[in-house]
Amino acid sequence: MTKKGEKLFIKGNEAISRGAIAAGLKCYFGYPITPQNDIPEYMSAALPAVGGEFVQAESEVAAANMLIGAAAAGARCMTSSSSPGVSLKQEAISYLAGSQLPAVIVNMNRGGPGLGDIGPSQGDYFQATKGGGHGDYRTLVLAPGTCQECYDLVIEAFDLAFKYRNPVMILGDAIVGQMKEPVITRALEERNEEEGTEWRIEGAKDRDHRIIKSLFLTEGSLAGHNLALQAKYDEMAKNTKQELFETEDAELIVVAYGSIGRIVKSTVRKLRAQGHKVGLFRPITLYPFPSEELNKLAKQGKKFLTIEHNLGQMVEDVRLSIRTITDSDFFGFMPGNLPTPDDFEEPILKSLGGK
Amino acid sequence: MSEQEILAFDKADAIVDVPTHYCPGCQHGVAQRLAGELLSEMGLTENTLLVTSIGCSVFLYNYLHVDSVEAPHGRAPAVATGVKRARTDKFVLSYQGDGDLASIGMAEIMHCANRGENISIIFVNNTVYGMTGGQMAPTTLIGQKTTTSPAGRNASKEGLPIRMAEIIGSLGGVAYSARVALNNVKNIRKAKKAMKKAFEVQQKELGFGFIELLATCPTNWRMTPIQANERIENEMIPYFPLGVYKDVTAED
Ligand SMILES: Cc1ncc(C[n+]2csc(CCOP(=O)(O)OP(=O)(O)O)c2C)c(N)n1
Ligand code: SF4
Repeated sequence: MTKKGEKLFIKGNEAISRGAIAAGLKCYFGYPITPQNDIPEYMSAALPAVGGEFVQAESEVAAANMLIGAAAAGARCMTSSSSPGVSLKQEAISYLAGSQLPAVIVNMNRGGPGLGDIGPSQGDYFQATKGGGHGDYRTLVLAPGTCQECYDLVIEAFDLAFKYRNPVMILGDAIVGQMKEPVITRALEERNEEEGTEWRIEGAKDRDHRIIKSLFLTEGSLAGHNLALQAKYDEMAKNTKQELFETEDAELIVVAYGSIGRIVKSTVRKLRAQGHKVGLFRPITLYPFPSEELNKLAKQGKKFLTIEHNLGQMVEDVRLSIRTITDSDFFGFMPGNLPTPDDFEEPILKSLGGK
Repeated sequence: MSEQEILAFDKADAIVDVPTHYCPGCQHGVAQRLAGELLSEMGLTENTLLVTSIGCSVFLYNYLHVDSVEAPHGRAPAVATGVKRARTDKFVLSYQGDGDLASIGMAEIMHCANRGENISIIFVNNTVYGMTGGQMAPTTLIGQKTTTSPAGRNASKEGLPIRMAEIIGSLGGVAYSARVALNNVKNIRKAKKAMKKAFEVQQKELGFGFIELLATCPTNWRMTPIQANERIENEMIPYFPLGVYKDVTAED
């Protein structure tokens, strides 16, 4: 399905932008916020050049609502932002989920709460995976750890968004967004833009009119709608994505995602070279969380340590996944500081030898 | 049908033959009938994508035979922008009340208009939040009693009522902005003409079209439909003057 592409040396943010365009992006709506400005900047020139629409909206609220309109019309559409901006998008994300509309939202997570800082952080894990807006809904969440994954996962995000008619979030941070790495691009085959959009609004001709909405007032209809959404989320949970590194004979599995997962990988390599039996489990889908895969490792008698760039959020999902068998230690690296592989050595060794 | 009954006019094909949920004397129904008639007369029904908003008008999508999407409170102009950018070949119509458009959605309407999005917005000004039970709106008149201005709106604390047609008319991307009223047959005819203008500028891709309709909310005004019509004439029109505030087609 893919043709051979070029090899580029680009930032994660640019990889996301290029991946989205390769996936057939038609409309991008954004608002400036650090550290994701490369995305709207790239889109403002590149998207019109391929016949797409770029709008710098008046706010994140408006950008996310433009997404509702473009998605309802069946277009592949995307917005990107960072933490405070994503909070503002949550109203629209809830409406996208409630109206069963496909769209991609990028969050280059920065430090919070409030204005926080502009450095990398994983403080938005709860917001991303538990639904930051109102109501019973879920957003599919993918967390890239490399620039190549930024490119590949955004393409996958569009396919998943249309497959499930659901918003999909790419959760990154300033590390993966701002670093440059080689990325192999893909020339994707021409897609039929109308395929899989038989639900879209396009003008009511020779049929009843279509209504895309999230209002269900008659008795029982909201319950039915929410149960149908739940069935969709259950279906999504069958296909999680994760990276397992040196886990087979490991006594201790470190669970870490995104940029931190990638830094932990370096620590694991170093400790392996010294003969320590440690491995890495890196969830790539954060929602649905790869509970079953983690549970399999727990059954093998492994110890667990969860490392995050926050005060402990994903560790709750790790604990839920393995709770009937064992528990996970936690090490939180404070947002506001940038970790190196050495920073994780001590907590990993402590966990490996501890208890 | 008895022999005495005669069908005075046909229902336009854009109008769905169902009872509406509006209170007696509410002019949302009049506004929507005009919109439906125009869509039919202008041959736009099959090409229209409708954005409905929050408020008493939310069920408009049930009453017009056009494909539609529902917007969050106040965000209809942003949703409509997204629809139009995705489908520039379609006729995009949006419909909002005053609480929706002039309060929570003020930023969205201003910027959508200023960008000159090629869409048409029908704005129903009934000086009150209808659906939520008659609270004060940005258009509530000075002295008007509402459930959240029990002593009457007070300019020194609550500001003056906002005149949207004038504000929108002052913005660059706007092709047409006008205020009309639905209080009598003559004004309703004028309203339809003005709405047609707002639709035509979109068809000609001249920019943003805006129609403010002064309309009744007898329920929350605590008035009979006839009193409500008189209130439009005696209290609303003096503060919200009828007229065309921008028309780029008149300039050439
Ligand atoms: C975010 C949000 N805030 C508040 C509401 C509650 N709400 C529903 S309708 C409405 C007022 C609508 O008033 P208006 O736009 O004047 O329309 P009308 O009902 O008078 O036609 C409000 C505040 C909501 N649905 N969403
Ligand atoms: S409450 Fe007012 S605006 Fe709403 S339907 Fe009744 S009369 Fe119309």
